[in-house]
Amino acid sequence: MSASLYLVAMIVIPAIGAAAVAALPRERGLLAKQVTLGVSLVVLLLAVLATAAFDVDGDRFQLTTSVSWIPDFGAEFALGVDGIALVMLLLIGVLVPLVVTASWHEADAGPRPTRVFFAWLLLLEAMMVGVFVATDVLLFYVFFEAMLVPMYFLIGSFGGPRRQYAAVKFFLYSLVGGLIMLAAVIGLYVVSTSQLGEGTFAFDALRQLDIDPEVQKLLFLGFFVAFAIKAPLVPFHTWLPDSGAEAPIGGAVLLVGVLDKVGTFGFLRYCLPLFPDASRFFAPFVLVLAVVGILYAALLAMGQTDMKRLVSYTSISHFGFIALGIFAFTTEAGTGAVLYMVNHGLATGLLFIVVGMLIGRGGSRQIGDYGGVAAKAPLLAGAFLVAGLASLALPGTNSFVSEFLVLIGSFPERPVFTIVATVGIILAALYILLMYQRTMHGPPRGVLLQQDPAEPLSGTGTGTGTGTGTGGATAASATATATRPAAPGTLRVLDLSRRELAVVAPLIALIIGLGVYPQPLLDLIEPAVSATISDLGGTDR
Amino acid sequence: MIEAPDLSFAALAPLLLVLGAACAGVLVEAFVPRHVRHPVQVALALVGTVGALVATLLLAGEEDQVTAGGALAVDGAALFLQATIAGLGALSILLFAERGLDPARSAFVTSAAVPAGSPRDRELMVDTRVQTEVYPLAGFAIGGMMLFVAANDLLVMFVALEVLSLPLYLISGMARRRRLLSQEAAFKYFLLGAFASAFFLYGLALVYGATGSVRLSDIREAGVDGGGGVLLVLGLGLLIVGLLFKASVAPFHTWTPDVYQGAPTPVTAFMAACTKVAAFGAILRLLYVAFGTAEWTWRPLVYAVAIVSMVVGAVLGLTQTDLKRMLAYSSVAHAGFLLTGVLGLGAGGEGSGLAATMIYLLVYGLTTVGVFAVLTLVRDGDGEASHLSQWAGLAARSPLTAAVMALFLLALAGIPLTAGFTGKFAVFRAAIEQGAWPLVVVALLASAVAAFFYLRVIVLMYFSEPVADGPTVGVPGVPTTVVLAITATATVALGVLPGAVLDLAGQAARFVG
Repeated sequence: MSASLYLVAMIVIPAIGAAAVAALPRERGLLAKQVTLGVSLVVLLLAVLATAAFDVDGDRFQLTTSVSWIPDFGAEFALGVDGIALVMLLLIGVLVPLVVTASWHEADAGPRPTRVFFAWLLLLEAMMVGVFVATDVLLFYVFFEAMLVPMYFLIGSFGGPRRQYAAVKFFLYSLVGGLIMLAAVIGLYVVSTSQLGEGTFAFDALRQLDIDPEVQKLLFLGFFVAFAIKAPLVPFHTWLPDSGAEAPIGGAVLLVGVLDKVGTFGFLRYCLPLFPDASRFFAPFVLVLAVVGILYAALLAMGQTDMKRLVSYTSISHFGFIALGIFAFTTEAGTGAVLYMVNHGLATGLLFIVVGMLIGRGGSRQIGDYGGVAAKAPLLAGAFLVAGLASLALPGTNSFVSEFLVLIGSFPERPVFTIVATVGIILAALYILLMYQRTMHGPPRGVLLQQDPAEPLSGTGTGTGTGTGTGGATAASATATATRPAAPGTLRVLDLSRRELAVVAPLIALIIGLGVYPQPLLDLIEPAVSATISDLGGTDR
Repeated sequence: MIEAPDLSFAALAPLLLVLGAACAGVLVEAFVPRHVRHPVQVALALVGTVGALVATLLLAGEEDQVTAGGALAVDGAALFLQATIAGLGALSILLFAERGLDPARSAFVTSAAVPAGSPRDRELMVDTRVQTEVYPLAGFAIGGMMLFVAANDLLVMFVALEVLSLPLYLISGMARRRRLLSQEAAFKYFLLGAFASAFFLYGLALVYGATGSVRLSDIREAGVDGGGGVLLVLGLGLLIVGLLFKASVAPFHTWTPDVYQGAPTPVTAFMAACTKVAAFGAILRLLYVAFGTAEWTWRPLVYAVAIVSMVVGAVLGLTQTDLKRMLAYSSVAHAGFLLTGVLGLGAGGEGSGLAATMIYLLVYGLTTVGVFAVLTLVRDGDGEASHLSQWAGLAARSPLTAAVMALFLLALAGIPLTAGFTGKFAVFRAAIEQGAWPLVVVALLASAVAAFFYLRVIVLMYFSEPVADGPTVGVPGVPTTVVLAITATATVALGVLPGAVLDLAGQAARFVG
């Protein structure tokens, strides 16, 4: 297979896989899972092959494919990757098989067929790949919007008690952002028509345009709002805690780990190179949003009693760091930001997965319903600790490298913002360690440990069964927030099963590995970021 | 001595086929025995519409011409719209012909003249005879619509308007179930439609007074000279009001929800899809051929009603609890989006507005026929279950129906990779190219609002638990299955690979005269 077909295959194979899984008969749930896992592993393999075929010193976009798609609109089916997109592909490749494994029993208990869950998951993977590899702005837009549909169904069909609300909120927020971006996309096309004589959506051609600064500002805002909703930056963030909390764990990992990265990816890929003047003009405003987001979301995270909401808020705080790195306009900070995108996907992915495993056992999302778990489930607690420490960017974990790069890269340009952002690190330690301490240490208490672990911990029939046997304040909260019943098979075992270890171990290995030796990724990312920063050049400053 | 007008029978073939089939249908009604009437009528109507579709496609390569003594313009735009109407008409005829869903074997009342609720009516409820007059009636309506989009003078346009409207008033009142609601709808439609026709006729008279001609090209000449003045502007205003009524553009939309709800669902599908195409075809022709040089007179007006229509449609659609009424408001909103495309055509006919509007009409028509076809499937004991709450949990009961419905709803919302996005993108691009970006921003916000009520149906179908004793999902017979297959395939195909059709529309986008 020619190297340029890797990218096409990475879209087509999961899409076909999704159709195949959806077409399976209802009772073949296990086969659906196996096919999904197989397909996602193929995509991982393709991502690795694409990385191997990528020449770090070569052109900016490689492995390119371009086929005429809608000639009347001047749109092409044009794919290609730079280093930034490539590391995102690797992240997708790694996360999806793990998510599939972690969600093995996710859909078994619910009323909806298992295969549907996995079909949407594969379709989502195809769309996610598409959005990162598109080098035609209209194609990017199409994937950007179409990506909402599978995630909408994942949240709405397989999520928690308030899933309908969360799904609609997620869809509408993203859709509004997307529609505003659509106006800007068309605007860009019209500008290209007037300057090049023929309208085009090709990224490389659009990059050459010389757009009037006032027009740039409008177009920048069109793109920015869509990405700021996606990423999410404060004040566009309110959908994420709801979606993150209500989504099934697999959906939440991909939502926060990959989908939201489209926002920050969009800043780097589209906002900065296409609208350099406007980017410089708006940079202070964006930085204010970023830093406010870091602190505000961290404070909110500390106040959460629901673990999934807490993790969602931590993500908003981390997205502030990424935005800071991007809008500091230095190669160092930008590289840090991209690395942060990858590391955050791994660290928060692991955190969500471990939290999900805990919730799957206890049936409650409330921190107050757990305590002293570490004594009974040391492996689970250990994984939780690693995920937490990676999330608060402890040196030795991957996040430290990226956070450090962002901060030292931003400091020379934006000292004040950087210093304020640093406070966020301290807050991160607080919210993570408090959650860890309350759930894992202390006297055994809460829904999980009231009963003999040898017995089934909760009724498999009803979602609120876990709340009935507990006393005191926990009973009320557990009943109020109990999630759907944990899947059978995970209930009798308190510590991690072999399947769960297979999910957690690779992530921990990557977190530690990239913490110690991040150079291969940095080598991929740096040239692309420096090309982006040089696109910004030419203007004063 | 009066000379016979030149007639190009080739150019008239599509019209002659449809109207000829309808006339033959009237004879069939009189002479063919009752038990074979239904299949004969259906076959005849299909021959007429499909034949017309084929004829327009064969004509597509021909030179544009004005024929029938200058009364008809057979140009690219006319042929494209005629083909659209004929195709959508054929799909609607198939929906009319469905006999497998209703236990009474048809969506139409056996004898419309029998008073609702009378003993005779109850007798007929269980009768196996079926209504077959709807087929010639629909044939005349389709013929009128096809004439409407090709009319090159205002009198012909008026005649076409009546030819398409009168059968529609009738067949709206022929629902088999909830007959009073249906009759009320038909009556409302008739009264308001008569008003609109009067407006149109009065406008026609004023324009004739101002310019001395009813021929579109002559009116344009008069406009160039600056002749006519107030009279011309007034006349134009009244003409537009008459047409906007047919296109159900707010604030002239008030009949839409009632008629959509009351009419038999196959008729609603037909009306929603084909009437919209015809009305917009006429609006485009009137504005650009007759008043293309007097743009300043109508552009602000159209701009304003486009905004009103989008906002009214999207906002009022939110409050609806009946699916058919919701889709009616959605059609009002879509009329606004279509006007966005109408404004995307520059004064001299430059810009992509015409092609964009035609594409949007095609896409919207296909999706609309599809969505109403799905509505006919979901039934309870009292006919179709169109209340929103009855659709809760439909996906669990009938995954395929729910999936097809979700596809159409996403297309109506304009989500990429469905046909709806292609249409939206085309009209918005055309409008922005003509500098109407504030209108496009309003349109985008309205789309977002409208998306909410489409999503609500998906939420109900997929994310809600099924209600006890909810509706049943009927197994569609061959005709409905064919309609669903065609519309769903087209919705996906025009979303993923719209290139060929866009190209066709681009080539067809020209007016003669």
